[in-house]
Amino acid sequence: MNILSLFVLIPLLMLAGLWLARTLNQVRGVMVTGASLLLAAAVWLTVAYIGQRNAGAAQEMLFTDSITWYAPLHICYSVGVDGISVAMLLLSAIIVFTGTFASWRLQPLTKEYFLWFTLLSTGVFGFFISTDLFTMFMFYEVALIPMYLLIGVWGSGRKEYAAMKLTLMLMGASAFLLIGILGIYYGAGGDTMNILELVKRDIPYDMQRLFFPLVFLGFGVLGALFPFHTWSPDGHASAPTAVSMLHAGVLMKLGGYGCFRVAMYLMPEGAAEWGNFFLVLTTISVVYGAFSAVVQTDLKYINAYSSVSHCGLVLFALLMMTRTSCTGAILQMLSHGLMTALFFALIGMIYGRTHTRDIRQLRGLMRIMPFLSVGYVIAGLANLGLPGLSGFVAEMTVFVGSFEHPDTFHRTCTLIATMSIVITAVYILRVVGRILYGTCTNEAHLKLTDATWDERFAVICLIAAVAGLGIAPLWMSNLISESVAPVIAQLLGHAL
Amino acid sequence: MDILLSLQAEISLVAVLVIVLLADLIGKEPNHKRLQKTVYVLLALHIALNLRPFEAVAFGGMYHTTPMACTVKSLLTLGTLLVFMQASQWLEREDTRHKAGEFYVLTLSTLLGMYFMVSAGSFLLFYVGLELASIPMACLIAFDKYRHHSAEAGAKFILNSMFSSALMLYGLSFIYGTCGTAYFAELTPALTGTPLQVMALVLFFAGLGFKLSLVPFHMWTPDTYQGAPAAVSGYLSVISKGAAAFALISILHHVFAPMLQSWDLLVSIVLVASITVANLFAILQHDLKRFMAYSSISQAGYIMLAVLGETGQGTTSLVYYIAVYLMANLAVFGVIGLLEQQTGAAVERSTCNALYTTNPRLAFVMTIALFSLAGIPPFAGFFSKFFVFAAAFHTGHWAVVFLALVNTIISLYYYLLVVKAMYIMPSDAPVAAFRSPLPARVCLLVCLLSIMLMGVCSSVYQYIAAV
Repeated sequence: MNILSLFVLIPLLMLAGLWLARTLNQVRGVMVTGASLLLAAAVWLTVAYIGQRNAGAAQEMLFTDSITWYAPLHICYSVGVDGISVAMLLLSAIIVFTGTFASWRLQPLTKEYFLWFTLLSTGVFGFFISTDLFTMFMFYEVALIPMYLLIGVWGSGRKEYAAMKLTLMLMGASAFLLIGILGIYYGAGGDTMNILELVKRDIPYDMQRLFFPLVFLGFGVLGALFPFHTWSPDGHASAPTAVSMLHAGVLMKLGGYGCFRVAMYLMPEGAAEWGNFFLVLTTISVVYGAFSAVVQTDLKYINAYSSVSHCGLVLFALLMMTRTSCTGAILQMLSHGLMTALFFALIGMIYGRTHTRDIRQLRGLMRIMPFLSVGYVIAGLANLGLPGLSGFVAEMTVFVGSFEHPDTFHRTCTLIATMSIVITAVYILRVVGRILYGTCTNEAHLKLTDATWDERFAVICLIAAVAGLGIAPLWMSNLISESVAPVIAQLLGHAL
Repeated sequence: MDILLSLQAEISLVAVLVIVLLADLIGKEPNHKRLQKTVYVLLALHIALNLRPFEAVAFGGMYHTTPMACTVKSLLTLGTLLVFMQASQWLEREDTRHKAGEFYVLTLSTLLGMYFMVSAGSFLLFYVGLELASIPMACLIAFDKYRHHSAEAGAKFILNSMFSSALMLYGLSFIYGTCGTAYFAELTPALTGTPLQVMALVLFFAGLGFKLSLVPFHMWTPDTYQGAPAAVSGYLSVISKGAAAFALISILHHVFAPMLQSWDLLVSIVLVASITVANLFAILQHDLKRFMAYSSISQAGYIMLAVLGETGQGTTSLVYYIAVYLMANLAVFGVIGLLEQQTGAAVERSTCNALYTTNPRLAFVMTIALFSLAGIPPFAGFFSKFFVFAAAFHTGHWAVVFLALVNTIISLYYYLLVVKAMYIMPSDAPVAAFRSPLPARVCLLVCLLSIMLMGVCSSVYQYIAAV
């Protein structure tokens, strides 16, 4: 059996295990075992992948395999990974692993919660390993629908509204996606759904022009593309901790990944035609998200808007279509995934204690819960791009790559987007100064305790990953850059 | 002898029908359990005997069965068996107990009518089949005749049904008048698309549109579904609809093939209208049976997408869609029926509030079935929807597919409303935990497994494609 199938098989076994589990400890046991196995598989895959590349494997995707599923429509269960998918799988495994610990004490209906949580992970992993359009789309939707119940049942605040809004907007996007996929399939002759095959076909220019925006928009909504980002702040704010982590950390990356791997790779002429239009939208996302974060008072909303801004940067960098900027985009996906997960984990833990996320009511937390506060500062610094942490590497690559364009339009967009760095510093430092320092006047808050062992474990894992990526980014950026090359070649081959 | 073999499915169904009728007549008074078992066994036997698809022509072309028609018949019969299993508790009720035999006989006669509809070789036999499928249906709908709604629903159904039959018959008379024949095989070359023939096509389509409850011929559907007993509504929404849909695609694609231009536009408009109107109305419904009626109107619209496809791909995806839709819809109606028996009142959306806390298994089945109806993977509904979209897209109906896709979002909204009621909404007095009778549980289990496996395992689709 192909090693990649493990990423679907393990979550499926976890689902079965959870189904049979009777006690809380059994549920936790299944989750920890499964999540650890997934992490181990992801690490092993990374090592094996790098090993094969060093040994001179030159194919675009490694570990490929294909099983015919629906022969009449040429639907196959095809898997394969390149550097980008490997990075994404590693990210997902880390988030699922830490997310398990972050929801260690979740009540009530713990078993059901983890069932949906695992189903969501199945979708995410399945998406990143698929090279077949149909299978990819199927996993994409599998990842979306559990969000409804996860937010609706276990969320907080206006959870029903947020859950419905999120589900409908994302499913609406997937309707665009579906028609785009049908367009690609029939446009390329209707005899294969495999991305690696499709890229060799020529989709007629007229169809590319029509279906590129649909596919890009379909994935872009999940990547919080302005003006379709509105599901994201509400959704993140209402979701339970681990779901926010998984959602901001991984699910939004499905959007960027899909835009790159499906929309831009398969329809380069469409990308050339529509690139500038979407570039304007993403520039707005970047700046608008950052500005919105400045005026929010709810911790989760601040981070949700910050995610809009950072995910906007991913799409922005992709649309710049240079090798450096696209490498930066993938790095940004990775870095944002890790640090947002860290942020949401910390916010969840703080909220679990103080029962408020309003920054006007929080003060002087540094003395009360030093561990969480230090974690928060680190996450904040990573977010605003401090060298040595992951954010710096990613944003640096993005902006350098974007500025490579000699023309005025691209440079202007880049300059505008660069402003977001400053604004990010504003909202991060404002929150840090506001809630962590000063003197706490709230009697109830003074009695609160610091993180428990499971929370500490989750936070330390994430900080280690953020710092690791910041200190030693080169192996990862090489891994990604190598795999970005064929897509860029494809894009440059078609009149940029 | 050849004729006997060609008509083996119909003859064996008649045999089942007669045996059930006699068993009901001869048996001693409270013999419902035994009668029930007899019916289950006979029907299962009947399905097993007629599983093999074959092609046959009898009575000089009057009767023409195709392998696909045989498959559809097996599917419809399986659905009928599931409906019977769901009906078990309702049929044991005080006021229906004495007429359980009639329920089986009437249902089987409508099924026989559908058999003739799907394997008709002439408009004459087709029409007879259609009537045989409709008239006993009115009795079934009014089965709880002492309950006001049921009698009213029956009356509405029979009036509408007669009206639509009259329309269709009028159309068929034009066809006979212009072509001089009612045999399908002779009609195809004779149809040239003259204005009178277009008129005939429209009238014929309107007639079947009533059976399929497509907008604008859908008015009877919500009232009828709401008034009829849950099992009958379920039967009406899948079996009756499935047969009509298959008859429509085969007649349009084979008989009216020369008039493709005319019906292509007609079907496109009607299907978009059906999906959109039904979806918007479904949002407003509180009564679950009424809600499912609108949902089934919109599902009929999705089925019509397959009609727009090429003959091969379209028919395969249509039959597959019906198979999946049958399982999912029967699961929902099964749950509604159980709740109805349990509470003794109409099932509203609010009845489902907090159902998960008291009856987690029922809530789970319902959720999966609704997800499948909404087209959420990995459940079978996702695959069936994808295939009908692909079929219509292939023949260039991009705009129709796009509109249908946008509508899936609206449908997802109202399906999620029910899911929300079951999982999220609190309730002061949720339906108490109860244990359903064995046949109903078996039926729900079959539906659940089918929904979960029919998509992931491609064998069902491939079997249909290979037929």
